[in-house]
Amino acid sequence: MGASSGARTMNAPAEGFKARAHDKLNDAKVQRAMRNFNLAGARARGIADLDNFEDIRTAAAAIRDRSLASLDLWLARFEQEATRRGTKVHWAETHADINRIVIEIARQTGVKKIIKSKSMVSEESHLNDALEAEGFKVVETDLGEYIVQLAGEKPSHIIAPAIHKTRDDVADLFAEHHKTPRKSDIGELTMEARKFLREHFLSGEMGISGGNFIIAETGSLLLVTNEGNGRMTTTLPRVHVAITGIEKVLPTLEDASCILRLLTRSATGQSISNYVTVNTGPKQPGDLDGPEEMHVIIVDAGRTKLLGTDMQEALRCIRCGACMNHCPVYQNIGGHAYGWVYPGPIGSVLTPNYIGIENAVDLPNAATLCNQCGVVCPVKIPLPDLMRKLREKQVDRGLRPWQERLGLKLWAWTAQRPGIYAFATKLAARLGRSIGGADRTIHRLPGNGWTEGRDMPAPKGKTFRELYAERKRS
Amino acid sequence: MSARDNIFARIRAARAAAPNVDDAERAVIEGRIALHAVGTRPSMEWALVPRFREQCVRMSSTVDDVGSMADVPRAIARFLTGMNLPMRAVAWPEIARLDWNGTGVVVEGRAARGDDLVGITGVHLAVAETGTLMLLSGPATPAATSLLPETHIAVVPQGRIVKAMEEAWAQTRQERSELPRAVNFVSGPSRTADIEGQLQLGAHGPYRVHVVVVAE
Repeated sequence: MGASSGARTMNAPAEGFKARAHDKLNDAKVQRAMRNFNLAGARARGIADLDNFEDIRTAAAAIRDRSLASLDLWLARFEQEATRRGTKVHWAETHADINRIVIEIARQTGVKKIIKSKSMVSEESHLNDALEAEGFKVVETDLGEYIVQLAGEKPSHIIAPAIHKTRDDVADLFAEHHKTPRKSDIGELTMEARKFLREHFLSGEMGISGGNFIIAETGSLLLVTNEGNGRMTTTLPRVHVAITGIEKVLPTLEDASCILRLLTRSATGQSISNYVTVNTGPKQPGDLDGPEEMHVIIVDAGRTKLLGTDMQEALRCIRCGACMNHCPVYQNIGGHAYGWVYPGPIGSVLTPNYIGIENAVDLPNAATLCNQCGVVCPVKIPLPDLMRKLREKQVDRGLRPWQERLGLKLWAWTAQRPGIYAFATKLAARLGRSIGGADRTIHRLPGNGWTEGRDMPAPKGKTFRELYAERKRS
Repeated sequence: MSARDNIFARIRAARAAAPNVDDAERAVIEGRIALHAVGTRPSMEWALVPRFREQCVRMSSTVDDVGSMADVPRAIARFLTGMNLPMRAVAWPEIARLDWNGTGVVVEGRAARGDDLVGITGVHLAVAETGTLMLLSGPATPAATSLLPETHIAVVPQGRIVKAMEEAWAQTRQERSELPRAVNFVSGPSRTADIEGQLQLGAHGPYRVHVVVVAE
């Protein structure tokens, strides 16, 4: 993967959000590409065939809370059962640990070529870069992930990684990298990817997958996919390594069944994804296929910091993407503007918690708090509340810009002195009226970008207190 | 302290639990698992077989009905001819053992390869709620047969259709001591919408899934 500008942007912490958001808003191609998808509409149709969607949502949130409330016990139960079935369980405290463990397994098993199905946790640790630096060949096999890998970029959506690409972008990338005649038909492009990736599936020696859930009851890994690359990755190579977060454990297969009804509907509107795969250990005696080794890497990397705090609810997340699909901010700026692995409202909560509140100051503020995300979240994460709490933490820790802090101090000082407050608002109302002019509209406020794109009705000249006093007199 | 110990210590500290797990805590966990509690579900007031058929079609599978297992080879031959597909298939042994004489279809009971075009399997169970096939891996039921070929044909005895995934787990627990290496739930052909959100069937797995429901 080349060190393109896209890759550099994503390697930086989630700073520079405003500049990137501005760029994306002015990028006609990204704006057009984002409009091609209507995942919100698909979700609305998908949940319509559940006659008690809200009740199931409540049940799903309770299932996730039950996991989180006794997280160590469920993880220990998973480990015990997975180990009994021949899976090697590894624990990664940090992102660096993930990469080190995968590289060790790759060296010990002597693999050279690695195929990957989607893993957002591996994006957190920049696993592909780490593996390539050690000389391993890594091929992403989810079509969207494959496209962004060829482009030297990172996913801009957790379930539609190439949502920012048009068919023309893909046509150019395939012609360049496959050295085939350029095709512009989406069906033909998909077919070409199938042909090229089929070769990789058959020659891959290690398969790396994420894990939608791990099941404590049976020590199993559960994967949800549509393309079939998840099945290929966990069936054909001789080594399978799954990477997942500590929060992804579910007690039983029944719990998983309940949550699946919401996961796929919330993501793409499907009643179920084409493939739900439950892997329990390596190849058994007599089996004709399956990996000889199965490894599961369970990752902390910041997650335990949320446990037992007012941020714990964010760990319920089942990664459906509904919050970003319904977010007016994400829908206009796209995923890359957020600067780290998880975009949209859930990203604005997870990123500051995982990589440090001081490294992502803009993200919790990149929301109108309209609560669309909170309404659609299948596990009832109160996303606007969490963003508001993060804003409070920024204030407590003095992370807001000095102008804002000074302004608030000034306002507080004034608000506590009724005489000065009355005088100041009176002055502002009069001034506002005179700026408003004949059409009683303020078109431009000096030193303020807010009026660049909109007008503001001018005050009529009198304050509420003045009008109230007049009415009382009359 | 190992990474594992550190992570567990952090979790226990966060939930204000004593550093060491006691037996009472483990008993609560085991009790919860043993319940296998079925969570809140939508009302499922439909007949199993019609629902299964209807949902198969919704997931872009095609469905055929036959009276008995003996009818399966001819029905599959008809399907392959009608679709202008190759009359050669790789199949699970239980399917290869059927009487294919006179059908014109050459069926081999072996592991699937990357260049096989038609794969025929049975199922462990099938799920009516979503039109889903449940396949368990094993020496006689390899996973790749339903994955590598462009066409996957599944033979589903009507009596193996259960209501929902929860019933499938319950029945599997009754019939087997533990899960096989892989449980694959398959609902229609593989698909992707990764380019401009346009749905395409046949991403990496089969382009088409054909379900033959056997009445007896």
